[in-house]
Amino acid sequence: MNWLNILVQGGLLGGFYALFAIGLSMSFGIMRLVNIAHGDLIVLSAYVALIVTESTGLDPFLSTIVVVPVMFALGYALQRGLLNQTLSGGLLPPLLVTFGISIIIQNGLLQIFGAYDHRLKEGAIETASLQLPGGLAIGAYPILVFAVAVFAIASMQLLFYRTRLGRAFRAVSDDADTAELMGIDNRKLFAMALGIAMVFTALAGILFGIRTIFAPSAGPIRLILAFEAVIIGGLGSLWGTLIGGVVLGIAQTIGAALDPNWQILAGHLAFLAILVARPSGLFPRTRD
Amino acid sequence: MEADRVERGTRASRAFAVIAAPVLVALVTLPWWWGDPGWMRLIAEMAYYLALAQLWNLLAGYAGLVSVGQQAYVGLGGYALFYLTGPANVNLYLALLLAGPFAGLIAIPVSFAVFRLRGAYFAIGTWVVSEVFALLASLILVLGAGSGLSLTVPILRQISSDRDVRDAVLYLMSLAVAALVFAIVYLLLRSRHGLALTAIRDSEPASASLGVNTFRTKFIVYLVTAACTGLIGALIFLQKLRISPEAGFSINDWTVVVIFMVVIGGIGTLEGPFVGMLIYIMLRELLADYGTIYLILMGAIAIAVMLKAPFGIWGWVVQRYNVQLFPVGRRLVLTASKASER
Repeated sequence: MNWLNILVQGGLLGGFYALFAIGLSMSFGIMRLVNIAHGDLIVLSAYVALIVTESTGLDPFLSTIVVVPVMFALGYALQRGLLNQTLSGGLLPPLLVTFGISIIIQNGLLQIFGAYDHRLKEGAIETASLQLPGGLAIGAYPILVFAVAVFAIASMQLLFYRTRLGRAFRAVSDDADTAELMGIDNRKLFAMALGIAMVFTALAGILFGIRTIFAPSAGPIRLILAFEAVIIGGLGSLWGTLIGGVVLGIAQTIGAALDPNWQILAGHLAFLAILVARPSGLFPRTRD
Repeated sequence: MEADRVERGTRASRAFAVIAAPVLVALVTLPWWWGDPGWMRLIAEMAYYLALAQLWNLLAGYAGLVSVGQQAYVGLGGYALFYLTGPANVNLYLALLLAGPFAGLIAIPVSFAVFRLRGAYFAIGTWVVSEVFALLASLILVLGAGSGLSLTVPILRQISSDRDVRDAVLYLMSLAVAALVFAIVYLLLRSRHGLALTAIRDSEPASASLGVNTFRTKFIVYLVTAACTGLIGALIFLQKLRISPEAGFSINDWTVVVIFMVVIGGIGTLEGPFVGMLIYIMLRELLADYGTIYLILMGAIAIAVMLKAPFGIWGWVVQRYNVQLFPVGRRLVLTASKASER
């Protein structure tokens, strides 16, 4: 087994999972919303990109200029129209409403696109790779995805700690009621937060759709992977989420090196082991 | 002179018992006067779903353990039955008896991991655990790996070699397990633990401050529901004759649908799961031909109920008419003489 190779490939795979996880981490951090439909929204983004590329002939990367605003608007509307109503009544309402949204998205996609596998085609970059000394070959695409993940997290940090909007987000996250007394309109702010979370969800969806085939049922496993990255990294810490993704990616790559069937299982087991050893994750920040 | 007494029944509950008794007798004797296999299968399915809904309601509605991983125990119970009767060559009835305790036993180490998570994270954590079991089942050769296991005819002959008798036995077993689960949940809720559970349902911090051992109460509930779910799983797949990782550990079939029933019917009540199960089965039978549209409609109904009537249909009925068919509370009844003294 080539350990260096496993670490590098697994780490890069982790960039993917971190990208899946940012939206989830953000909606939890700000409004304590666990969005069960998160995975389905990633898949929905890939389908929106598919519609855009097929109807306009745009390249999938360029489809971002359409997909991102569409998903932002969807996120804003979902929070404003539905999810805001669920946030005062405890745990079950948001869970069940997002469960309902998940079922609607999955079956809506099934109704429109059928159960077939689809894929976004980006061309040469999908298979290009860098040859490093020591016989190590790294795919250009995983490097790109990892870079997007790092860029996304860095820009989130800037947003949170350098802007007025970010200050409002942090205030609401610390204490929503007091923030409201200070003149923040929580309902609008939450809608903004889910909108921004969906921007990253859209990016994740497009990059995911280029990397692998997708079908309407592909959402739930993305949700689980994103969730594992968030928990391993520790709630509320975005860089922690990146590390959580990397840990998960490496665990999966080790599993896959032993037997291709063990990839996902190895990730789940690593997650459960970390949960038992360090229940609040590696770098916890927000308190539940 | 008559003393004051604590009463547990209500007028509605006694009236309901009078109406329900003949229905129950009719259901139990159904194989003798109307042995239509299609209907018996549908009623058996309703019985299983009712039992699953009661258990999920106990978990989520009372103990606050919103699990979306109960399919783990359905699958474990099913696989236990198929493994024991097949490769291990154990008698079918013995295997059925063992399936529940087996699932309960597995729930102990699982609870160590998932009880570290709170709220919605607990929910997804239980889901991950169920995925682990599904993946393990798809890797283990003696469990048939990805393609699963089937029950062979010689095993079924242990029930009876006559097909009609077999159908009737399976049907009666489904009613028995629904009754058993209902009795367990009802008695648990009427017991001291039930008082603790109702308190936890209403406010966990408040009940903890009054001396309720919330961890122990939740742990007991988790194990009991896991064991019962395992038994139901064994019976469901005894009827289906085939199990695979996908079917056994299906989140949609064994958890999402069940949550739908409990939420529509009314969470945190014993009557809610009944109402929800009946509505679900009716909707499904009416709309089954429409495939995905029906599922979209289910999702939309779940959202609408959660937003407009968060306590479900039965919750609305209780609010409006204050009826309790399965009372678990206690009421002090003052005798007439004392009441007039005041």
